[in-house]
Amino acid sequence: MTATLTTPPATSSTIPLTHGRLPRWAPGLVAVVAIAAAGLFPLLLGWGVVPWVIVSVIFYIGGLTLWAAVVETRRSAVDRMVTSLVWTAFAIALVPLVSLLWTVISKGLPAINSTFLTYSAFRTSLDQPVGIYHAIMGTLVITFCAAVISVPIGIFAAIYLVEYGKGNRLARGITFLVDVMTGIPSIVAGLFAFSMFTLFFGAGYRSGIGGAVALSLLMIPIVVRSTEEMLRLVPDDLREAAYALGTPKWRTITKVVLRTSLGGIITGVTLATARIIGETAPLLLIAGLTTRTNMNPFDGFMTTLPVFIYSQFQKGTPADFDLAWGTALVLVVIVLLLNIAARVIGKIFAPKTGR
Amino acid sequence: MSTTSASSTRNTAPTQTGDRVFSGIARTAGLAIVVALAGVFVFLAIEGIPGFFQPEQFYKGAGSFWGYVDNLIFGTVLVATIALIVAVPLAFGIALVVSHYAPKWIAGPVAYVIDLLAAVPSVVFGLWGINLFAPKMVPLYDWLHEHLGFLPFFKGPVNPVGTTLLTTGLVLAIMVLPIITAISREVFTQTPVLHEEAALALGATRWEMIRLAVFPYARSGMVSAVMLGLGRALGETMAVAMVLSGGGGISFNLITNSNPTSIAANIASQYKENTPGTLHVLIATGLVLFLITFLVNFAARWIVARNERRMSR
Amino acid sequence: MAKSIDVSELDIYYGDFLAVQGVNMTIQAKSVTAFIGPSGCGKSTFLRSLNRMHEVIPGARVEGKVMVDGQSLYEPNVDPVAVRRQIGMVFQRPNPFPTMSIYENVLAGNRLNAKKMKKAEADEIVESSLRGANLWTEVKDRLGRPGMGLSGGQQQRLCIARAIAVQPEVLLMDEPCSALDPISTSAIEDLIHELKTEYTIVIVTHNMQQAARVSDETGFFNLKAAGEPGHLVEFNSTQKMFANPDNESTEAYISGRFG
Repeated sequence: MTATLTTPPATSSTIPLTHGRLPRWAPGLVAVVAIAAAGLFPLLLGWGVVPWVIVSVIFYIGGLTLWAAVVETRRSAVDRMVTSLVWTAFAIALVPLVSLLWTVISKGLPAINSTFLTYSAFRTSLDQPVGIYHAIMGTLVITFCAAVISVPIGIFAAIYLVEYGKGNRLARGITFLVDVMTGIPSIVAGLFAFSMFTLFFGAGYRSGIGGAVALSLLMIPIVVRSTEEMLRLVPDDLREAAYALGTPKWRTITKVVLRTSLGGIITGVTLATARIIGETAPLLLIAGLTTRTNMNPFDGFMTTLPVFIYSQFQKGTPADFDLAWGTALVLVVIVLLLNIAARVIGKIFAPKTGR
Repeated sequence: MSTTSASSTRNTAPTQTGDRVFSGIARTAGLAIVVALAGVFVFLAIEGIPGFFQPEQFYKGAGSFWGYVDNLIFGTVLVATIALIVAVPLAFGIALVVSHYAPKWIAGPVAYVIDLLAAVPSVVFGLWGINLFAPKMVPLYDWLHEHLGFLPFFKGPVNPVGTTLLTTGLVLAIMVLPIITAISREVFTQTPVLHEEAALALGATRWEMIRLAVFPYARSGMVSAVMLGLGRALGETMAVAMVLSGGGGISFNLITNSNPTSIAANIASQYKENTPGTLHVLIATGLVLFLITFLVNFAARWIVARNERRMSR
Repeated sequence: MAKSIDVSELDIYYGDFLAVQGVNMTIQAKSVTAFIGPSGCGKSTFLRSLNRMHEVIPGARVEGKVMVDGQSLYEPNVDPVAVRRQIGMVFQRPNPFPTMSIYENVLAGNRLNAKKMKKAEADEIVESSLRGANLWTEVKDRLGRPGMGLSGGQQQRLCIARAIAVQPEVLLMDEPCSALDPISTSAIEDLIHELKTEYTIVIVTHNMQQAARVSDETGFFNLKAAGEPGHLVEFNSTQKMFANPDNESTEAYISGRFG
């Protein structure tokens, strides 16, 4: 056997362990040089800060890669280039995202005062302050209705898929349809609700419940997906342990399976709520726009926070934009709180014996 | 709704009935989804199909439905393509930083912030885009027009307020970035350590390790992340409606002020006209949009399934 | 090709936690050296510090010296990538790259250095490496099939072929048989016997019979006490270790009285 172990034709001489290595401070030095070299452009040609930064980054990546290619190996030059590119991508992406958050906070805060949250946009006299009370209420009512429709359907459908369906044709069909639903653009959901309600109740019909139906079309697939995932995490041993005690299947599901996965399901529902609470397009079509507070989802126009932002944008004066930013801040804070709540719930209910 | 199960926990007799009732409820919920989607098709069809055959005046001078919707499809696809071209490399970059490059104390908070940004409502992105981002882009467009004006994309004239197709595409890129990042980060971090170590032990650099072990493993997840982002970009309504000053024909000129708008944004801005004819046409365009997003999703699933089959062999 | 390894006063840390303390040993070239000891005593950690795989884990670091043929591995100008290229490693569980064919798996390491390789040259490397890993006759008709389609023992031999394809000087094996059935295990043990004519082999094993069967020298690692760092208790020729060890706790462990 050892006879066949001939050395392959590739060089069998040992490669040295060491080759030129850039010192630890090399990236720092290149960065300083790149910024300084790129600084010539603003000095000589009068460029602004943004081109300066861009040219600096290009100089940095090019310089470091070249230096590594000369001193180190081609491979480590590629590695260094990718590392800088990846971090650059990271930095580029953070700029708009940070700018967005900063703008919402800095422009939104001045608009918020005690009347902002407690008055509607409906004025009975000219000097009455304008607020978003009506939109907050509209958001709460419509989101609540959407959740009331989506959560039971979503959770029970997931139970069917995991506990009863087990890959039969109906279950596979539902899984496919849930996939399709995930991809429905929100405006199409709005068109559906609009078509249905205007067909039944006349062309001028607008109501909160129409909006809730449209939103639940977007919410159900999220609830099904997250619940399904949580139910599948429950180990079969637990189910079998319950069956072995003579527990009927439906009580095993309610008492064992659902209880074990409760935290995950609530987290999923909360995240789904956070996702639909910011939807605008469907509500624009079917829930309409009003300045008054309307608490009845079955009758009359109802405005939510996102729709209010859009209508302020359409009016377009600076004062309207101020209100829009204030509303945006409120909306973002609500979404943020829902996300944090979802995390906290997930932590509290997480199985104690977990990893 | 679930009270039927809770109320009868203490009487042990009708377990058979309990099982039947409970599985019945679950089955009904599953069927409700089937009915809901059938409803979507039926109602969109009832109200939308007449939109294909309206008198000419409802198609805004385009002559026929397809002439009318072609512009919109072009706008939808073009703006989504710009968004993806920009967002995908950035998203994979961030995802790699979080999963393989950054130390834990950076990666954790960053991942959390990105998850949060995925939940920021699109109307807020639209507000930011029109109010802050678009004006900031004008100098760039001037520069592009001046130096790269020979390319069809930057022929100009430059839109003085920056509400162009390119701006819209960039805003959409920022919107889909968190979604693509979140999914690809997840698959990157799930790469088995076993394979990463196999690559490192062969003498791979970090980047070579990522190419050898991480990307092949994550490929199907990366595809579905991109496709999900594409679906989002195609169907996005508010940001496009708010940022883009649309109203032109098919053109690749990205920095001017006569660009075709997207299907979804067109619906949002036209629905107020409220004549039955216009509404039928708009709903018909909605059907077309639904079909496009459906095909995109379907393609994504097909690719992922094929990939998984190859992996499991 | 094969080289000896000198370790002196090596301390291995995970962050602030000292995992292995004060190891001194000399590993002979072209021989098999086995490390035995109870779980968690740091023998795998020590093995991974011999090709700088240890520092892949965030916060992990070492103090002390590891010399391969007079070249210290932990000098600041040493490239860990070059070290791993020359000191190959085989892991506890077989880990062929799932998307690659058998052929491509064997060549994975070579491709890193030479992008363009002549077909004939590549074929030769694949054949000689697979022959070297005693796998050639079993897979020569299906080189294009995925590596994951092989049995566990074949996968592990494929990983060995992949490791020797880049012509390393040392081969580290971290419990290479612990996930395999007895027949595959004996195939790997036979292979180790053959490989030591060309390579310096270091193997970590849980199985004392295996250490006795395959190794020329054996090191016994143990914890000083629960919560204390692991250390090298005894390092001797395998014959002596199993017949008449110097240290009492070595004898206790080998005779099965603990661990």
